[in-house]
Amino acid sequence: MTNEDKDDILSHTVSVLVDNESGVLARVVGLFSGRGYNIDSLTVAEVNHVDNLSKITIVTSGTRQVIEQIKAQLDRLVPVRRVMDLTIDGPSVEREMALVKVAGEGEHRVEALRIADIFRARVVDSTNASFVFEVFGKAGKVDAFIKLMEPLGLVDVSRTGVVAISRGAQGL
Amino acid sequence: MSTKQMTGSEIIIQALKDQGVDVMFGLPGGVLLPLYDALFKQNGLHHTLVKHEQAAVHAAEGYARSTGKVGTVLVTSGPGATNTVTGLVDAMMDSVPLVCLTGQVPSSLIGNDAFQEADITGITRGITKHNYLVKDVNDLGRVLHEAYYVARTGRPGPVLVDIPKDVLLATGSYKAPGKNTVVEHRSYKPQVKGDTAAIKQAIELIKNAKRPIFYGGGGIVNSGDAACTLFNQLVKMTGIPCSLTLMGLGAFPGSDDQFLGMMGMHGTYEANMAMHDCDVMINIGARFDDRVTGRLDAFSPHSKKIHVDIDPSSINKNIVVDVPIIGDVAHVLEDMIKYWKADQAQIDTKALDKWWKQINQWRKKDSLKYTKSNKIIKPQYALERIRDLALETGKDTFYTTEVGQHQMWAAQHLCFEKPKRWMTSGGLGTMGYGFPAAMGVQTAHPDALVCCIAGDGSFQMNLQEIATLMDYRLPVKCFILNNQFLGMVRQWQEMFHGERYSESHIEGQPDFVKLAEAYGALGLRATSPGELDDVIRKAFESDLPTIVDIRVDAEENVFPMIPSGAAHNEIILGPEYTETSEDGGSLESGVLV
Repeated sequence: MTNEDKDDILSHTVSVLVDNESGVLARVVGLFSGRGYNIDSLTVAEVNHVDNLSKITIVTSGTRQVIEQIKAQLDRLVPVRRVMDLTIDGPSVEREMALVKVAGEGEHRVEALRIADIFRARVVDSTNASFVFEVFGKAGKVDAFIKLMEPLGLVDVSRTGVVAISRGAQGL
Repeated sequence: MSTKQMTGSEIIIQALKDQGVDVMFGLPGGVLLPLYDALFKQNGLHHTLVKHEQAAVHAAEGYARSTGKVGTVLVTSGPGATNTVTGLVDAMMDSVPLVCLTGQVPSSLIGNDAFQEADITGITRGITKHNYLVKDVNDLGRVLHEAYYVARTGRPGPVLVDIPKDVLLATGSYKAPGKNTVVEHRSYKPQVKGDTAAIKQAIELIKNAKRPIFYGGGGIVNSGDAACTLFNQLVKMTGIPCSLTLMGLGAFPGSDDQFLGMMGMHGTYEANMAMHDCDVMINIGARFDDRVTGRLDAFSPHSKKIHVDIDPSSINKNIVVDVPIIGDVAHVLEDMIKYWKADQAQIDTKALDKWWKQINQWRKKDSLKYTKSNKIIKPQYALERIRDLALETGKDTFYTTEVGQHQMWAAQHLCFEKPKRWMTSGGLGTMGYGFPAAMGVQTAHPDALVCCIAGDGSFQMNLQEIATLMDYRLPVKCFILNNQFLGMVRQWQEMFHGERYSESHIEGQPDFVKLAEAYGALGLRATSPGELDDVIRKAFESDLPTIVDIRVDAEENVFPMIPSGAAHNEIILGPEYTETSEDGGSLESGVLV
């Protein structure tokens, strides 16, 4: 750890494999709020029904020392099996999905469809006065799409939060 | 192992016995009645009935820290459970192994705001090492064995198991643990063996050190007697000076010449100056707590730091270290000594001699010095007399403390030769800890001399336990260093808040002698130095629980002191040093730079 970058705020994506037992998500979330860490995004779902394992993907930010603390503190929780820092432990891919509702008529509708096409967003619901788009990609792409929809009648957004996985043959 | 069918209550009793539990501290209530009924029908598992659940936890802490075993607490749902919260945080901060069993309302009522319902697993999630809500009686045995395993292994801590009433009544299967009590846990696998390369790197640093110091903490004591023996061996064979944290006292003999005294906010001058000026710091089982480090960016600025800790989250948390070694102290020290010998490593003795000369210069300050008086009892003097007269009894002596000035004086002036003889609330600073903790210590060591050093403020936070001491004839000696103030608050107000003593004077104080007598205990009082020895002797001779009201100098402050947020070399010495220091220089406002 060098002194020059010790105060830089970094964004890290951390993957946490946990035993899917009662209260495990509260433990993880409580750790973040209790110790003053940031959660920029959090997703959780069961990934192995037989062994009863869930994976939690957390996008967090902090100085390098804080990020190291977050990982060590997560690892200390009894039901946590593994903690992996997808930002520095090797290359990884991350994706997010959003459902974006846009209401409008005339030119705005046409423009919304045109932009959706550029972003490869699909229409999953349509009325005479609205669309619901589904859009996938890195969080930044989803952000960009939502921003472009704002002047075209954006009324509601639901986002999954980031899921991520390491590249290559190794599992968590 | 055979599997047996039993009720939940019977499973708990059997599991506790199989875990080697001989005593638990608790207080019954509605939902626990089936369990207390099962307790009534058995022998071998003792229950100490406390008067308040917080005291049960502190008693279990005293039991655990003086024996190295896991302490056990049993309380009912709702208020019984919530009263344990302070004790659980205390145990968490000081790494004390506990299992706290709480009753819960029947499963079918959970979430319905039932009578005496509290979401105790939710409340204690962040303040326990782990906690469980057992919903199926068939899980109960496994969870209890796992709870004891998690509590005592790795960095020890409190584990809470919440058990609904219907689970106590239901019948299920119980499997005894094998002889090997190591539980194969799915995810919890603490690392005990240190990394060899890191240990060798540490040896290189120590070999080439010019001004090394050992910084030993409570982790040595927690690791066990073997760790303390190995630590002594390493300190002795290297000849390096050794300081200990508040929690580490006893890990190295207090009377040894290589011991510099406690470090930190109220540590000795020589320990803190050596911590500041060292070039290699060897931290064994301590956590760079703010009461030790003072101002972080001025903490030991010229040293390479080695840090041995079983908890990876302690590494680089407050202080970035050069050689982290994750592992159990005993395992790491064993390897360190082994490689040191194999390497035929030699310390730079010439540099070390020079370092000792410097340290001995600092030592000459005699920083724990205080002005003696033959009119008024100085608290330091009272502690010296308690210490010396306890030694005269020839008994194995255990000390607990409450929190505040008296605690710091006790840490400075009592002398600990062996580990597990000193029980104090370090991390959380819990007033009300010491008296019930002494109860737990005396329960574990019926023939020992158990002294609680208290302040008049702290003592009143759990004084109801005099009744419990009477019930079980536990002859704890509680010495109240009575200055009629919340003394440490008063000291800070004097030093940092313009002598405005806001709400720190204790007006309505009971007559502690009569109070003791009201419970049937022995009450004694000393108001002048001349009476002190007699009173202490009387206390030691009595087989009753004894409360001694020692009227001490109310104005006395704890020195040395590193003010919060200051550096080690900005340590303030007492008024004895303000006029002329021993090397002749004048010291303005008692601040040494």
